[in-house]
Amino acid sequence: MITIQKYVRPQSLEEAYQLNQNRRSRIIAGMLWTKMSSGAVNTAIDLCDLGLDTIEETDKQFSIGAMVTLRQIEQHAGLNAYTGGKAAAAVKDIIGVQFRNIATVGGSIWGRFGFSDVLTLFLAMESFVELYKGGIIPLAQFASMPYDRDLLVRLIVKKTPGSFSYQAMRAQRTDFPVLTCAVSRLDGQYRAAIGARPGRAMLIKDEEGLLTGGINEESAKAFAEYAAGKVPTGSNLRGSAAYRTHLAKVLVERGALELGGNA
Amino acid sequence: MEIKLKLNGKNIMGSIEPDTLLIDFLREHGCYSVKRGCETSGCGLCTVLMDGTPVLSCSVLAARADGHEVYTLEGLQQEASDFVGFIADQGADQCGFCNPGFVMNTIALLRENPDPTDDEIRAFLAGNLCRCSGYEGQLRGIRNYLDSRKG
Ligand SMILES: Cc1cc2nc3c(=O)[nH]c(=O)nc-3n(C[C@H](O)[C@H](O)[C@H](O)COP(=O)(O)OP(=O)(O)OC[C@H]3O[C@@H](n4cnc5c(N)ncnc54)[C@H](O)[C@@H]3O)c2cc1C
Ligand code: FES
Ligand code: FES
Repeated sequence: MITIQKYVRPQSLEEAYQLNQNRRSRIIAGMLWTKMSSGAVNTAIDLCDLGLDTIEETDKQFSIGAMVTLRQIEQHAGLNAYTGGKAAAAVKDIIGVQFRNIATVGGSIWGRFGFSDVLTLFLAMESFVELYKGGIIPLAQFASMPYDRDLLVRLIVKKTPGSFSYQAMRAQRTDFPVLTCAVSRLDGQYRAAIGARPGRAMLIKDEEGLLTGGINEESAKAFAEYAAGKVPTGSNLRGSAAYRTHLAKVLVERGALELGGNA
Repeated sequence: MEIKLKLNGKNIMGSIEPDTLLIDFLREHGCYSVKRGCETSGCGLCTVLMDGTPVLSCSVLAARADGHEVYTLEGLQQEASDFVGFIADQGADQCGFCNPGFVMNTIALLRENPDPTDDEIRAFLAGNLCRCSGYEGQLRGIRNYLDSRKG
């Protein structure tokens, strides 16, 4: 566990941002990941008073505050109607209800953890992050950026017409995933997000139009081979690179078949 | 730093360090049902209700609880007494260490979903680990309680 000299609840984003410019400061969201680290923090900046804990839904988009919990994602009727329940499916095995009541979307996305179900899920949608200084940028761009001292204010998910599938392979329920995989059709365009490679999730678009003629066993297999070929995998104690590449093929194929139908 | 919160229905004030965890604050205030079973936020033993929501007190700063309402099993004996006997009847507890966390999270489950299916019970309690049992005893106990309510 970290040690903390001073605890502050900023009353504005500007105050939080300024406090965070000191490299001994640390943003506190759910604190679940931070708690696993050690080291001395001068100022713990708790974002809990900034009103970032709601999901706003309009005809065009969902605007998800950084302090929204994973449990809110799991239970949000609009988000689950849009994703066909995949938002809930993606987070349901993250430890337990009490954990998901604390863990935040902001901490999950900011962390850009390799194993993240949350990052994988939202990469398959038309998602953007709103950064306090960095403005609104695509999530895929954010996912490959290095860490800096900006603030993640919210995640924006456009309601582009689409359908989604989500699968994760776990050795045991509530364990870290061995591979995560979200496949989507957005405005007729297919994409697969593959995470826990074990590196950060990557987005693979169907640039060769393998699925545009319709999804059947053959085209799903072809897209799965293509996506798995584009995604480098590695080995760790949860699985070998070869196993992960094999899983990527199986999960992308199943995901595409689950989407079904024609473009 | 000073914090004010409502603990088990009573307004209290406390003096804490900025990095005091809620679990340690609660134990210092006599709530010994709240226990630490892991260092990785994974066992559910430390479950308390914060503003009615089950959370892991081992992973929340006491400072975050300032201005909020916290319940531990000490304050919810009555509500727990409805169903704990059914769990005991199944011999579900062996060492009993995991029991307060299970009971707290079962209270949260039944408040949110008064008539859960077995799968809903399993899903809600997935973050409560028990090293002695195979979980089936707890499940049977909760099921028997729910069935008894239907008469
Ligand atoms: C034991 C364990 C198991 C897990 N298993 C899974 C799993 O299976 N699948 C999965 O997807 N996830 C898993 N996670 C990750 C978890 O779901 C959260 O993503 C993680 O805890 C971070 O969220 P948090 O709210 O706790 O953030 P914190 O720990 O508070 O913050 C994480 C980092 O982000 C920074 N930060 C937080 N919010 C902001 C913001 N708004 N702006 C700028 N910086 C910010 C913090 O300073 C910190 O560096 C696991 C975590 C743990 C501890
Ligand atoms: S002590 Fe294990 S989850 Fe809190
Ligand atoms: S009865 Fe011993 S840990 Fe559950």
